[in-house]
Parts: sequence; C-alpha cells; structure tokens
Amino acid sequence: MNEARRTGRSLPDLGTAAKGGGLLLVIVIAVLFPQVFTNPAVTNYGVLTLIFVTCATAWNIFSGNTGYISLGQAVFYGSGAYAMGIAARDWHIEGTAVFWLLPFSGAVGAVVAVPFGLIALRVRRHTFIVITIAVFFIFQLMAFNFWFTGGSSGLNSPFLSWPATTYNTPFYYIALGYVAGSVVIAWLVRRSRFGLQLRAIRDDEDRARGLGVKAMRVKLAAFAISGTITAMIGAVWFYYINQVEPQTGFDPLFDLTLVLMVFLGGFGSISGAVLGALIIEPLTLWLNTQPAFSGSVSEIMLGAIFLLVVLFMPRGIIPTGGEFITKLRMRGRPAVTITGPASSTPSAPPVSSGGAR
Amino acid sequence: MAREITEAIVDGILIGGVYALMAVGLTLIFGVLDIINIAQGVLVILGAYLSYSLFTKAHIDPFVGLLITVPAMFVIGVVIHWAFISRLRGTERTSMTLLVTYAVGLIIEGVLFKIYGANNVQINPRYVNSSVHILDFYVGWVYIWGFILALVLVAAVYVLLYRTRFGRSVRAVIQDETAARLVGINVNKVAALTFGIGVAVTAAGGEVFGLTNAFNANSGYDLISRLLSIIILGGMGSVGGALGASVFMLTLESVVTIWQPNWAVVVYYAALVIVLLYRPTGLFGRKAVRAQ
Repeated sequence: MNEARRTGRSLPDLGTAAKGGGLLLVIVIAVLFPQVFTNPAVTNYGVLTLIFVTCATAWNIFSGNTGYISLGQAVFYGSGAYAMGIAARDWHIEGTAVFWLLPFSGAVGAVVAVPFGLIALRVRRHTFIVITIAVFFIFQLMAFNFWFTGGSSGLNSPFLSWPATTYNTPFYYIALGYVAGSVVIAWLVRRSRFGLQLRAIRDDEDRARGLGVKAMRVKLAAFAISGTITAMIGAVWFYYINQVEPQTGFDPLFDLTLVLMVFLGGFGSISGAVLGALIIEPLTLWLNTQPAFSGSVSEIMLGAIFLLVVLFMPRGIIPTGGEFITKLRMRGRPAVTITGPASSTPSAPPVSSGGAR
Repeated sequence: MAREITEAIVDGILIGGVYALMAVGLTLIFGVLDIINIAQGVLVILGAYLSYSLFTKAHIDPFVGLLITVPAMFVIGVVIHWAFISRLRGTERTSMTLLVTYAVGLIIEGVLFKIYGANNVQINPRYVNSSVHILDFYVGWVYIWGFILALVLVAAVYVLLYRTRFGRSVRAVIQDETAARLVGINVNKVAALTFGIGVAVTAAGGEVFGLTNAFNANSGYDLISRLLSIIILGGMGSVGGALGASVFMLTLESVVTIWQPNWAVVVYYAALVIVLLYRPTGLFGRKAVRAQ
C-alpha cells in the first residue's frame, strides 16, 4: 500500500502545478467576465450561474460528504429569501443597506436547519429523502398561508436605483464572493477531521458511531453549514430578481436541479459540484429562451441528459475524467511498476485493486 | 357539526382507498427492488390521461377503459424497468435509481404537456355528478365505485402476493435477495414483473383520480409527495400498511379541512413527521428496516 502511495505521489507533481495554474486561470476568467461581456443579458447568465454554483457546493458539503441525499435544500433557499424580504419590509430598510441583511438571512437558515436536521437526520436513506420532501412542502405551504408572507403573490424586494446597464455587475461580484467562500468552506471541511468524520458516516454510520464519531452532532453541523450558505445566497437571488413567490422560493425543481448538477460533475467532489452547475444552469437558461425548446421540451431534454449521465457516467464527469487521465498517463507503463519492489510479497493484489480506483 | 365530521370521515375513507391503490404500487416496488419510484406520481397522471383520451376520443367508459389502460401501463412499467432500472449496479444504486425515475417522470411530464397543454382537464362521463343519499348526506357514486375498485385491486394484489407461486417468490426477494437468488428465483424477472404490476395499478388509481379531480401534467408532484408520505407512514414494503396509512392520512386531512382548508395539507405532512419521531419504521412497519 505504502509503495503505491509513494510512487503515486511523485506522479502528480506536474499535475499540482497544472491544477494551480488552472485554478488561477478560472479565477482570472471569473473576475474579468463582466468586464469583457458587458451585455446585461450575458451577465444575467453569469449571476444566476454563480448563484447555482454556490447552491450546488453548499448542497455537496452536506449531502456529498455524508451520503444523505437532501431534497429539501429549497427550504433554506426560500427561507433566506423570505427572511430578507420580510425584514426589509418590516424594518423599512432600503437601497444598498439591504445587503446588511445577508447575515440575518444566513442566521435564519441556521435556525431553520437545527430543528429540520434534528427531525430528518434521525432516519436514513429513503426515509430521510422523503422527510426532506415533506418538510419542503410544509415550508411551501407556510409561505402560501401565513399572514406575513404575502400569500401566493409573494414579496417584492426594495427598489435598487442602479442603472440597468451595470445593474448585474455588483450582483455578479457578490455571487462570485459567495462561490469563493463556499468553495473554501467546502475545502476546509473536506480536509479537516470534521470532514473525515462525515465521510466515515457516509461509508458506514454504525461503525463510525462505534468508533466514537458523535454522528448526530456532526451531521447536524454539516447540515447547518450547508443551510446557512444556501439561505444567504437565496437572499442574494431574491434581491437580484426583485421578488419571491412560494413556488419560486420553494421550488421542487430547484432541489432536483442541484442533485443533477452535483451528480453530473461528481458526487462528493468539490470541483464536480462547481463544474456541474457551470454546465447545467447556463444550459437550462439558454434552453428556456429558445422558442424551439420552450416549456416542456426543455424539461424533456433535462430529463434525457439526466438519464444519459446516470446510465453512462454514473460517477460524474470529474471522477470519470480523472480516471481517464490517469489511464492515459499510465499507458505504456506496465502496471507492475507500481508494486515494483513489493511485487514479491503476497500483498500485490490489493495494491492493484486500490490503484484501479 | 357531528354531521360534517361524519361526512368528512366517509369522504376520507373513500378517497383513501383510491390513494391506497396508487401507494400499493409504490410500496411493492420499494419492497422488491429497494428503490423509490419518483415517477409514480406522473405515472398516475399518465394513467388518468390515457383514460381521458379513451373517453373523449373513443367514447369508452373510463371504468371499461381500464381493460386497456391497465395492461398498457403494465407494459410501460416493464419497459421502464428493462431500459433504465435493471441497468444500474453498484454502491450508489439507491440514489441513482431515485434520479433515474425522477428523470423518467420529468420526460413523461414534458411529453404530456406537449400533447395536452397546461389546462386542467377532468374525465366527466354523465354519472360523474350523480350521488347517493346515505344517512343524511350525499356521496358521489364515482367515489363509491372508485373505492370498490380500489378494494378489489388491492385485494387482488394481496392474493397475488400471498396465494400464488409468483407471490411467494416476490416475498422471498423482499426478505432476502441473495437467498432468493440462491434457491433459484429469477430475481430480475420478479423485479421486472413487480415494477410492471406496481405501475399497472396506477392506471386504475389515475382513472379514479381523473374522475374526481381536475388535473394537468403538473399534478404529479403533489401526488408523489403524498404517496411517499403514505408508504413511509405505513411502513415501506407493506401492502396492508399502505392501505391503512392512506385511509388514516386522507381522513385526517378531510376532517381538518372542515376548520382550516388552507392548513389541512400541512397537518398531513406534520403528522408524518411526528409519527416518524416516535416510530421511525412507520405505523405498520416491520421492527427492523434493512441496514444501511
């Protein structure tokens, strides 16, 4: 095992540099994007896509690490949006000061996440999924029926007197900030002891518990982190599109789109979630603007892409692509070199099976 | 007030029977294949639209039309299983099947939208509004016929499961797939047939749903979330539990509607959450669910 790891480490040295360069390039492109494409229709794509990148990353922090598939993420998204809308209306906050409500929305997300998690995280697998759906519908119905939510017409955000031509740009950078923040948080979670505990739960919760992982506390923490980020970006989205309705704030398609994005990119992988959102969101936005694909046809196409991904690339682009690159690199080299000196020991078979992953 | 409550309870039981019909398919599919068929809600709507088309285009009575729609839906179920579900393997199979059935549902929904448009329709033969006077209130004949149909079909599924050789192999697969395979049961065939049956009964559920509700392609979302709540509450994989839970839930909703029509559905989901807090395996569930 050690042999494989040591030789494995010397290989991607070049890869680390390439990765760093790639990351830098992505950052530069992301920062310069609204400077190059000033057309509001294009920056609109940018803002919405970045919002979804944040959402997918946040979803992946909880669901990707723990393996609990949550279909109730829109609970946080909508709660964040409604929290900002209600607070701005009742406390008479206007203009750019509304942005100071973002932490408030995040806090609301966390406050929602704790009881939600305490209920839903008691059960596993299918039952967990269904509970998240049930909670989601409870929230949608509450948004419809409470006296302070504006009923079925929803809420309008305070007016922002920014010129239409550059209206999107500040939102773009705010959303980009959230992308950066959520990716960093996801990365920190991933390489921490906390992340390790989450992944232990994903592999075998009972065993993790037996080894001393306080499963409920750890799961709940991840759920709350995910919920806080989602609620804040939900509030950004609300201020950006200027209104929220029960069906748009608490949208069943939102949950499923997130799942699709993450599974397309690579379940549990940070770059996978980002990549998935970068592909799916512009695609759906574009499909919706095409008269030929209007309404139901875009839905059919989304479903078809979904099926193709699951059937032919069940592990997502990033893991499958990574495997492909590794295979390319290893081409021409006999697989034995990995086990080289250790090949005489009987531990060779597990090494090769480990290397295949 | 007492009269209203009795009426609500009777309504709830009658509608609950119809929901049981849809939920039985879902719970059966879960029990045998260990997957949640998210497309079940849309398939109910597909069944309703099939009955609707037969009625408006060919003037076939919806109840008679079941002779066509039930086998048709059976074939659709077997095809879905063969084309997509049987191809999934591996550790993430559970979440994958969830995604696949969702995608199938999305495609069916899109196709239905394309064909029928977004307007609500309802199957309305002449007798749809006729009712019978029982005690001191009126009950629609459609509800009574639907309830009888549901009872007959649920009973048929029950007999199929507990009195036939096929049913025995289905139950064997539910209990232990590996052991069933070892004693010579063709698990893949059992799974395909079960999926077919689970989808076929939705044709009947959809027909009654279409008679008693206005629907469009979107109605599947509301249905699937209710059906999922019902089968979880009833204990996943239990046919009797699905029947009990749907009658319980629909009666509860119907009674709450008397005072709070807007909040009735919240009560429905809240009941699910509360029950699961105390009984994680559902009201009628087996003691131990499968390990993760």
